[in-house]
Amino acid sequence: MKYILLMSGTKAGVDTYRAWSKKDIDGHMAVLTSLNRELTESGEFVATQGLAAPHEAKLVRGLMGGMPVTDGIFPESKEFLLGFWILDVATPERAYEIAARISTAPGPGGVPTNMPIEVRQFASHGSQSS
Amino acid sequence: MALSEHATDLPIGHLLRELTPQVLGIVVRRFHDFAAAEDAVQEASIAAVIEWPQQGLPENPRAWLTQVAFRKMTDQIRSESARRRRETEVAEEAARAPVTTFDAVRVKDDTLVLLFMCCHPALAPSSAIALTLRAVGGLTTAEIANAFLVPEATMAQRISRAKQTIKASGIPFQLPDPDERGLRLRSVLHVLYLIFNEGYTATSGPHLRRTDLSQEGIRLARMALQLEPENTEIAGLLALMLLTDARRHARTGLNDELIPLAQQDRALWDRGQIAEGVALLSAALPKGSVGPYQLQAAIAAVHDEGGRLEDTDWPQILALYELLKRMSDNPMVILNHAIAVAMVHGPKEGLNLLDGLKGEPRIAEHYRLDAVRAHLLEMAGDSRAAAKYYLAAAGKTVNLPERNYLLMQSARLSTMIRDS
Amino acid sequence: MKYILMMHGKKADWDEYTRWSKEDLQRNVDYMRSFSKELNDSGVFVDTKGLALPHEAKNVRAGQNGEPITDGVFPESKEFLAGYWVIDVETPEQAYKIAARASAAPGPGGKPANMPIEVRQVLGSHSDLGV
Repeated sequence: MKYILLMSGTKAGVDTYRAWSKKDIDGHMAVLTSLNRELTESGEFVATQGLAAPHEAKLVRGLMGGMPVTDGIFPESKEFLLGFWILDVATPERAYEIAARISTAPGPGGVPTNMPIEVRQFASHGSQSS
Repeated sequence: MALSEHATDLPIGHLLRELTPQVLGIVVRRFHDFAAAEDAVQEASIAAVIEWPQQGLPENPRAWLTQVAFRKMTDQIRSESARRRRETEVAEEAARAPVTTFDAVRVKDDTLVLLFMCCHPALAPSSAIALTLRAVGGLTTAEIANAFLVPEATMAQRISRAKQTIKASGIPFQLPDPDERGLRLRSVLHVLYLIFNEGYTATSGPHLRRTDLSQEGIRLARMALQLEPENTEIAGLLALMLLTDARRHARTGLNDELIPLAQQDRALWDRGQIAEGVALLSAALPKGSVGPYQLQAAIAAVHDEGGRLEDTDWPQILALYELLKRMSDNPMVILNHAIAVAMVHGPKEGLNLLDGLKGEPRIAEHYRLDAVRAHLLEMAGDSRAAAKYYLAAAGKTVNLPERNYLLMQSARLSTMIRDS
Repeated sequence: MKYILMMHGKKADWDEYTRWSKEDLQRNVDYMRSFSKELNDSGVFVDTKGLALPHEAKNVRAGQNGEPITDGVFPESKEFLAGYWVIDVETPEQAYKIAARASAAPGPGGKPANMPIEVRQVLGSHSDLGV
């Protein structure tokens, strides 16, 4: 079953992250990198992507005069997607287990960030037998 | 070096796909180490892909592959520590022994043993599927990865771990004992059916050139039947696959939308496949021991043989579902049975059956219960309730063409109600 | 440069979608399908996914012993990711143009729905997460 695990944060949250010490960022990344390696070895890894900072995000609403209507205005409280993992696992519980591991990745001073990771199932394109 | 995703599209690829499972059987039987043998055969086939185009096809490709695989096996054993010298001597002895003339019967047995091994109940279904496609199907790792839309490295690991599980469980390279045979065979049929179904339920969607797993499922089922021609459940499974696959071109519309059986253009059904499926079934059924695959095939045959929708022999389908229900607790069987009841005895009877399922945990939350209920409610003339259940089903399904279909049924009925 | 084009929706947006007429639904589905095909044909398509509806969505944190604590309670105002396209283009302007076409997909009565599509650049490796 394919699942997507979403890590989100506000602009303020990202600014805080950027202010972490290099040591703390490296520690955080090391745990996630090692998790990705484990997931490849277990045959569950499909993909992971990081997204550019939300400060550059644009919202596009249709066309006017042939040009996209674009703005970069979002509410301060908006939770932006920062990155995601796509996994192929046997059960939803396994997806939650992996999400919990991501959630415990260390933050400043090595303390687990405990950020919530949203777990969603993918819709498939195939048609059922008929 | 990774073999290309569609290596078996090339003539050499076709040849390798056919030969590598045979060579694997030979190597495992000679060296008794399935995991290492599988690695060695993979390396031999990579060598073939590089060398044969340059140096021409060897006179005896199977012997060529076997010799190369033998050499890799001894190299691998030799490269381990000195205390394994004794094993090395034995291995070198084994490798020096001439490759005897091709023993077709022995190779047939070996392929059957491989099939049983790869579908062992100790393996999780996803592992068994990957390993079977590789070791028995001869697909490359890249092709299997492509079929399941995962990265090649991930699939390689899955296969590797499956091999380790087999190694660790000490499953011997031989046919299962007679008392185990039934259970082990059920496992093989299940894996082959999953392979077929995975291919059948995947349209190309936005991903073009996906490895065709339903054709692969059919090919493996044919192989299995060739190895055990008297086995009626294998015949039943192959018949079911052919009778289902026959409807392939009618199932999806131009925009990938779902077209249910009742609305399909039957002129698009493959009559040749239907004929073959029916013939297999007719030969198998009289032999006695009718199992679930034969029953499912029989149901598919009744649908497929109906010239028009109105000609469908629903009483016969109902009778077959009554039998199938006794053998299978699959929720889909139960739901399909309810539809058959409705077609024969009226929608209220079908709906009563569904009410009885509310307490069944496996069915209660499934979107299809709502979808079937909606269908029967519409049959009974309760459009309002039907629209509600179509909507509920749409919200629960993770299948996009299915979701679109259900939403449109709901919308269609809502419009009808509004306009009346 | 890889860009992700994201469509979000609140629960209320899904409820509204389910009230569209059959024709409106068909028109929208057809448009999206031909949109994806165009992306394929023009060589910019990387991926597209739809997500299951959020009633199965879970928020997961780790508990005391690292075991997952899940809850499925989200505020009504929460914007859920409904689906995305990933495209590979030369410039951000190209990405916005493509997003605009997705956004202009027809809604009720065949008028452009102008659903907001969020456009973000996708980074090379996971190690750039969020930075």
